Amino acid sequence: MIANYGYKDGSGDFFIAIDTDKCDGCGDCVPACPNGVFAVGEDPNDPLCDEPVAMVTDQERRKLKYTCAQCKPDHDRPPLPCVAACKPMAIEHSW
Amino acid sequence: MSDKKEFWRWKEYRWHDEAKDWKAADIVSAGVDIGSVSSQAVIMLDGELFAFSNQRTGFDSPESANKAIIWAMEGTGMTLDDIHFSVGTGYGRVNVPFADKAITEIACHARGGNFMYGSSVRTILDMGGQDCKAIRCDERGKVEAFLMNDKCAAGTGRGMEVFADLLSVPIEDVGEMSLSVEKEPEPVSSTCVVFAKSEASALLREGWPKTKVLAAYCSAMAHRVVTLLERIEVEKDFAITGGIGKNSGVVKRIEKELGLEALTTTYDSQIAGALGGALFGMALEKKRRK
Ligand code: SF4
Ligand code: SF4
Repeated sequence: MIANYGYKDGSGDFFIAIDTDKCDGCGDCVPACPNGVFAVGEDPNDPLCDEPVAMVTDQERRKLKYTCAQCKPDHDRPPLPCVAACKPMAIEHSW
Repeated sequence: MSDKKEFWRWKEYRWHDEAKDWKAADIVSAGVDIGSVSSQAVIMLDGELFAFSNQRTGFDSPESANKAIIWAMEGTGMTLDDIHFSVGTGYGRVNVPFADKAITEIACHARGGNFMYGSSVRTILDMGGQDCKAIRCDERGKVEAFLMNDKCAAGTGRGMEVFADLLSVPIEDVGEMSLSVEKEPEPVSSTCVVFAKSEASALLREGWPKTKVLAAYCSAMAHRVVTLLERIEVEKDFAITGGIGKNSGVVKRIEKELGLEALTTTYDSQIAGALGGALFGMALEKKRRK
């Protein structure tokens, strides 16, 4: 499943997409993110599946543009810590 | 008491299938969807629809959940103890006192939509009271991709209620009235309820007929939702659940922009979430008994 967390507003699309088929629930993204955007647990959108997966926390979903700004300087964009930490490459940002 | 007419108010109601004997069922499951605007309860017997209720959410979620399920059971002789597995869903899902499990609206709408519209459904747009969700699912109603927009009331039932009230048009008539315009006006530029409201007031002062203002608002709402759908790639068949699914003015305009017709159903599109919850309830009860 491609789980798109985030929002769209007048200034653009701000979504973090987690591919739950690639995500193995290892939890590496949780400490990698300086702002606590991720949590790992039972997939809230697939109640019949018992494997844990990563998700974006409720508190962060509505403010990703601001939360992630610190990792996304205008120039010379380094790899995002969350994306770099995820070995199966399950995390993508839309902006 | 004020005698001001409440134009936004839609009909609350309940139903149950008198031909069915719930005592003969192996598994009785329930789904309760506590939305920000409306609450539904659905009761199923071995995966078949038995009863439901649809009403406005009160100020208190646990209270609304109790009322919804009690109303659905009314006249059936059933009590809470007769239900083997209850699932809470919707915005107030963690506040359903009798629920055995809380499940997201995303999962429940995909499952409920699959039941209501059939297994050919691949894209479900849920236009609820306070948020809007786009879901892509497989032939079993399992979610393949989703996207949720819950930042503002644009494109939602709440926004439509505010509008119906502003124009003094009964909410059930908004869709038809908005379609009665001869020429489609430009959409209102803002879909944010607060701004759209003042924009609409200005248009009314300019002398626009109500039908035209409604058309401009419905088309703005439709456009906004279509841009949201782009991210998950619309695949047919396509269906719209939630209260706005009953508003032909928005539905027709979404269909036009997408170039796809939305499936219709004999079920009430507002119960999709609760129905999905009851279906999960049955599956989870089976799992528990194993
Ligand atoms: S690091 Fe990647 S694979 Fe591991 S839990 Fe996070 S998203 Fe899933
Ligand atoms: S970009 Fe930075 S703040 Fe945003 S989720 Fe990734 S690690 Fe966290």
